[in-house]
Order: sequence, then C-alpha cells, then structure tokens
Amino acid sequence: MSIVNNKMINKISSNSKKFINDSSISVSLDNVSIKYRNSVAVKNIFCDIKKNQVTSFIGPSGCGKSTVIRAINRMNDLIEGCELSGRVIFEGTDIYAKEIDPVEVRRRIGMVFQQPNPFPKSIYENIAFGARVNGFQGDMDQLVEESLTKAAVWDECKDKLNESGYSLSGGQQQRLCIARTIAIEPDVILMDEPCSALDPLSTLKIEETIHELKKSFTIIIVTHNMQQANRVSDFTAFFNTEKKGKNVSGKVGFLVEFGKTKNMFNSPKQKSTQDYISGKFG
Amino acid sequence: MNYRSQKSLTYNPSLSRNIGNKALNIISAIFAIISVLPLILVISYVLIKGGSYINLDTLILEPEPPGDDLLSAGGIGPAIIGTFVMTLIASIISIPIGVGGGIYLAEYSKSGKFAKFIRFGSNVLAGIPSIIAGVFIYAIIVSTKILFGSMFSGIAGGFSLSILMLPTIIKTTDEALKLVPDNLRRAGFGVGASKFTMISNITLPAAFSSISTGILLALARASGETAPLIFTALFSRYYITSFEDIFYEMGSLSVLIYNFALEPYESQNQLAWAASFILVVVLLSLNILSRWINTLGAFSKNKV
Amino acid sequence: MDKATRSKFLLKTRPTSEKLVDIGFKNIVVAMASMVAVILFCIFAVVYYESTESISRYGLRFLFSSAWNPVTDEYGAFTAIYGTLFTSIASLLIAVPLGVGTAIFITENIIPKYIRDVIGIMVELLAAIPSVVLGLWAVFIMEPFIRPFFNIIYEIFGFIPFFSTQPLGGGMMPAILILVIMILPIITSISKDSLNQVPSKLRQAAYGIGASRWTTIFKVIIPAAISGITGGALLALGRAMGETMAVTMIIGNSNNFSWSIFAPSYTISSMLANQFGEADGSQVSSLMYAALILMILTLMVNVFAQWMVKKLSLKYQ
Repeated sequence: MSIVNNKMINKISSNSKKFINDSSISVSLDNVSIKYRNSVAVKNIFCDIKKNQVTSFIGPSGCGKSTVIRAINRMNDLIEGCELSGRVIFEGTDIYAKEIDPVEVRRRIGMVFQQPNPFPKSIYENIAFGARVNGFQGDMDQLVEESLTKAAVWDECKDKLNESGYSLSGGQQQRLCIARTIAIEPDVILMDEPCSALDPLSTLKIEETIHELKKSFTIIIVTHNMQQANRVSDFTAFFNTEKKGKNVSGKVGFLVEFGKTKNMFNSPKQKSTQDYISGKFG
Repeated sequence: MNYRSQKSLTYNPSLSRNIGNKALNIISAIFAIISVLPLILVISYVLIKGGSYINLDTLILEPEPPGDDLLSAGGIGPAIIGTFVMTLIASIISIPIGVGGGIYLAEYSKSGKFAKFIRFGSNVLAGIPSIIAGVFIYAIIVSTKILFGSMFSGIAGGFSLSILMLPTIIKTTDEALKLVPDNLRRAGFGVGASKFTMISNITLPAAFSSISTGILLALARASGETAPLIFTALFSRYYITSFEDIFYEMGSLSVLIYNFALEPYESQNQLAWAASFILVVVLLSLNILSRWINTLGAFSKNKV
Repeated sequence: MDKATRSKFLLKTRPTSEKLVDIGFKNIVVAMASMVAVILFCIFAVVYYESTESISRYGLRFLFSSAWNPVTDEYGAFTAIYGTLFTSIASLLIAVPLGVGTAIFITENIIPKYIRDVIGIMVELLAAIPSVVLGLWAVFIMEPFIRPFFNIIYEIFGFIPFFSTQPLGGGMMPAILILVIMILPIITSISKDSLNQVPSKLRQAAYGIGASRWTTIFKVIIPAAISGITGGALLALGRAMGETMAVTMIIGNSNNFSWSIFAPSYTISSMLANQFGEADGSQVSSLMYAALILMILTLMVNVFAQWMVKKLSLKYQ
C-alpha cells in the first residue's frame, strides 16, 4: 500500500511542479501535512485546483477533507495547536509564509460553512457588513440585491431585508451565507459540506447556484455525498485514511487519487477509489 | 472592482486596521492589569500589615477599651469566636431552609407559577442591601425584645446573616439538582423508590459537591458581613462563657474592623488590620477550597 | 404477586408510613420554599410600616429636600439619594469598560491560555474580600495615596463645580473608586461567561469574510453577547447602590449637599449605618423612609435587569 502511495506522490509532485506558474491553477497544495497538537491528521497532500472549475473533496469520515479545505483560507489558525507543513500556494505566494496577513487571505478566499451561520443582524446588514469590512465603495443596495439574486434567495428576502437573518429557513440561511460570501468578490469560494444540514430541495437549489457561480469563482467543495460530487464538480479529489503505523495508534488521512470527475467515477485508477464510489465502505 | 484592497497578501503594519488591532490588544491588556491590581494591592497590604500584628496575644486576648495610654490594645479573640458562632447560627437556619427550598424548586415543581415566583423572589432577596436585613431584624427581634427579652444579641445577628445566605443556597441547590441527569431519577423510579427516598439517596448525593460549594461560598460571604450585625449583634469585648451568651451582644471580626478602623488610636487600628488578616485568610481559603471541591466533583462525575 | 415474592420483598406494597413520609417531606420543602416569599414580604412590610409616620408627614417632599436635622426634627433625603445614584452610576461608567475589556482579554487568544486563566481567577477572588476590609484599606492606604492626584485636579480644575472643594480625606470620589473595585468582579465574570457562550460559528463567519480580530469583537461577538453583558452591568448597579460598609468608611458621612466630588457626602446605606444606632423618635421613621426608597430603587434595577436580559436575548435567537 505505501509503496504505491510513494509512487503516486512522486508522480503527482512532478506534475504539480509544472503547474506552479500555470495561470490556469488557482490554488496549489504542495506536500501539505497538518497536525493537531503533535498528532498528524493529514499527510503529503499534493493537489492543483483549477480556476473557474468546481473541485470536490470526497472520502470517508475522518479522512481530513475538512481539515485540508480549512487550511486553504487559514481558518485552522483559529484552532489552538494546529500546525501545517508544506506550502499552500495562491496566486504565486505561499499563504503560510511568515509575512502573509491571514486577514487578507480570507478576503480573497471565502468560505461557506456546514452549519448556516448568518450574523445576528438584519438580512441587509449580513451582506453589507462584509462588504464594508472589505472597503466597498459602490451602491450598497445594488450589491445586496445582486448578491441575494445570484444566491437564488432574492425573492424570499426582498420584502424583509430589515428582518433578522435568523427569520429565514435553514436552506434560505445557507443561501444568505453564500450571498454574503459572493458579495465580497473573492477569487475562491470554499464550501465545507454546505448542504449536509439541509433538506433535499434546498440542496438542489444550492447545487444549481454552484453551477452558476463557477463562471465567476473557483469553487472547492467538501461533500460526503458522492452523487452530489458527481453532479456538481469538474474535478474530484478522493481522500482516505490509513493506520498511522505499526506502533502508533490512530488514523491519518491522505490523498488517494485526483482527476477529472468523469474519469474518477467511471474508471478510477485506484481500487480504494472504486470501492468507495461503489459504496463498499464510507 | 468596487473594492479598494491592497495588491498583495503581505502583512502591512501601516494599515489603519492593523494599527488599530495592535492598539486594542494593548489597551485590553492594560485593562486586565488594572483589574488585577486591586486584588494584589489589598491582599498584600492586609497580609503583610495585618500579619505583622498577629501574635499569640492578639489571637487570644480580649480587646481593651480604646485609649492612647495603654501599652497594648489586647487582642481579637472574642471576635473570632463571635464570627464563628454567628455564622454557625446562620447556617443552622439557612441551610435546611435553603436546601429544602431548592429541592422543591428542582424536584417538585420545575416550572410552575409558584416556582417561578419563588425564583424571582429569591433573586429579589439576593439584591436587598445587607444593611436593610439588619434593620429588619432589629425591628422585629431586637426592638420588640421578642426572644426572651433580649435586645442586641448574637442570635439576632445570626438571624440577619441567615437572610443573606438563604438566596445563595436556594439558587445553588436548585441549579445543582437541575444538573443531575434525568436518567438517574428514572432509574430510581424504575425500582419503585418513593420520591423522598430517591431525593435523599440518589439526586441529593449526586449534586452534593455543587451544593457544598454553594454553601461554602454563602458561609464565606456571611462571615465577612458587617452591616447586618451593627444593629443586631452590636459588639462586645468579652468572651462568650456560656450558651446563654448568645442572647447578649456579641463581637465579630467584621464589626471589630469597622469600629477599630475609625478609632483615632493606633493600637486599635492595628487590631483592625490583624482582624482583617484572619478574615481574608479564612475567606480566601474557603474560596479556593470550594473551587477545589468543584473540580473534584467534576472528576467523579466523569468516572460515572 | 405470589407469596414467595411477597415474603422476599417486604416493601412491595408501600406501607402507609412510607407514603406519609413522602407527603410530609413534600409539605416541608414547600414550606421551606415559601419562606423566601414570607421573608421578602415581611421585610417590605416592616420597613413600610416603620416609615409611615415620615411618609405621611413629608410625602414626596422627602425626596427633594436636603435638610436633615435631628435637632429641629426636619428631614429630607435628597443628599443621600443623590449620593447613592451618583456614586453607583459613576462607578458603573468606570467599571463597565474596565470589566468588559478585561473579559474580552481573557476570552481572546492574545496571550497563552494559562495566563488568562490566572487573571480570571484573580479577578474573581477580589469578590471574596469583605466590604469592611476594603474600607479599611481605602481609609489607610488608597485614599492617602491618591489624594495628591486629587489635589492636582482641584488646583487646576477647581473652577468646575465638580472639583470645587479641597480633597481632605473622605469624599465621594474615593467612594466611587472603591465601588469600582467592588463591582468589577461581577461585571468581568458575567461578561466573560456571556462572551464564551457566543457560538464559535459566529466568530468563524466573521473571520471567513476577512474581518480582523477587533472588528469581529465589536461588530459580531459583543452584539451577540450583549444581553448577558447588560444583565451583569445592571446587577452590578444594584450591588453598588446597596453597598454599605466600604462606602460609609470613606465617604465622609456628611449631609451637606455639594456638587464637588471631592467633598464628603452621603449615600442612603451609609446614612443608615451611621445614624440608625443612635436614632430615636421620628428620626427612625425618616431613616426607614430612606431605606424604603433604597429598596424600591434596587428592586427596580433588579427587575429591569431581568427584563432587559430577556428582551435582548430574544432579538438574536
């Protein structure tokens, strides 16, 4: 198993070195390993995310896909004891370099979370707040309307813009969160299982929104729903877990395979990918 | 683009938001230091100044009447006993009533109208200034001489302290019992235990450490109170010699500090510092003890 | 139930004695709980009863007259009421920023956690120090230390009514400072709890759109925690209004009304502590009237606090 992995690592890493200066790549993960308080969670991730495409991270629970996506906009900084080695390259810069301001990073790489988390403010303010923080200078009313429209929730909100964000249903709240993320015009939108707390109808609406959004943004989505990955993404990264070692307990996550979604689902190269996709585990 | 933003991702220390953030970090740190300063100053002065006046004489002797020509002002012995006795009397009254009331609120009527009213009343009682509790007890016990004809007395002082302890004990018992998981209660009912058996053998023991903590804290607060005692127990310079003495005026550390601090004689002031030393040491120990009990209680709950 | 079971478990059918114990116990705890209401009612009743003589004699004039003369038998509680309100509100204005700022410092990740925990414990321990010990410290240590600074303010700003008398020992300003020290632990502790209860997903949402630490604190975290923080502040206000010992030892106990915060003054509770022991006749009734006013004030603040907490917390759920 590990011999095969090393071969994979070498192959992916040699491929990615070609892409570092490639302008079709938005974010590049270069030998990223993340550990929580000296316990390794994921190791040796190599991955190139293409611009204006939807990339999905799939895999069984505990494989570290959420950990990896939260590393891309430095949200893991909020967790005490979390350390990253390797490089995360965005627009030619390693965003984990000492001189980088994480606040700036998060203004260019936005995030939608698993649980909808609108601010305790009005619907209008939910969007306006982020815009103001980022130094917005245009017509705020227009921005609010555009963002809510692109997130497919304008009709439900237009008559109650001054009401609290919590007055919306779960699916509507999540779309409000998408709207506020779009409003600050990031380059990349990270989505960490955005539909797992929602009903199927809301999920469908959000998937349609993602399809529209990729025209303007690069999207990375973590999902435990394979059919969703198949429906929504252009590229897929499959993560899995393995035992840490003979004398060490616990599991560590790693990247098994990465490629075009069509290929991954129809003719995956790794057996474990095939097993996961056909539902044999996970 | 509608957004003004910098071109690069690099940290820019001259940005106004970064300057602001650093400044606010420093300001909040300064506030925290200012908040901690009084504790350090008060405790160090009390321990050092008060401690310097503590010796065997101080602890055992009775305080002499104020006067500049005395070589020694005596000691604070009776006051120590007095504080202890009156706190004990207050506990005997307030612990059963408080724990009983808390049991009622948590076990018999969690959200009934009467329970809500009692909880509200308990909060109101907790907010009553302590001096009014003293004035109240003065009016009904001291001036009416209703207790075997005694006026200012240690027992009246105990009563007034119990009014202050009661709301804390009820609230702690109520909250502690509410935290006991319902599973335990269902298990008790499942084997056919009566309500009384269940409360006394299952729920109350489970909440024991939290309730003890609350009682300890109420005790600590009561032993340091002064205002309720100045109209009820007044002050006495003499040791208690028999049980009947609780029906007469009784000294206490807190009233001693109040009286002797305002005297113009230095030896009296010194006794006030010595009494403060005792009070602060005891109260801090009770506080730290109750925190320790709390952590112990948390451990045993995890084991279960 | 067969004979065998009945012989093994003697109590399978509950004996009447057990049932009586249950009923008796319930009655006992109901009685205990009712004691709270009984005591509360009695306190109000007694204070009101004792003050009726003064109420009928002065009515509402009592609130606005600052005469207080046992010799001429004329009483008006204005100085004391003003003193209570002024010292409490002033101490609140100082203690709230201090306490909330400290609470923020304790809950944010600016310095390592163990140092922050120690700071938190130290602020809470401050609450364990009895009022009278703080009064002793104020009289002998704090006030003499701080008087030179007050003198400087008096010399430079003495033309402003608030600073128009020479600091000579007891006064309103040292009392305000001692009150700040006394209510700081309540505000810090309750604010800290409120801030910790804000769900972490709100903080993540704010950081997620690129807000900086303090923007998040002021615009997201504090608004979400505002109900608890306000409740804590109002609780502290009530406590400050009723505080007696430390105040009476340092405020100078004078009924002369003065705008200056350096002048000796009165609060209702310190007036009671000072005069009740030797009062008789109608002076007692006037003191009780003042006590009644204090009780009503603290009651209003308490009830308002509970209402405010409810109102503000509904807004964000």
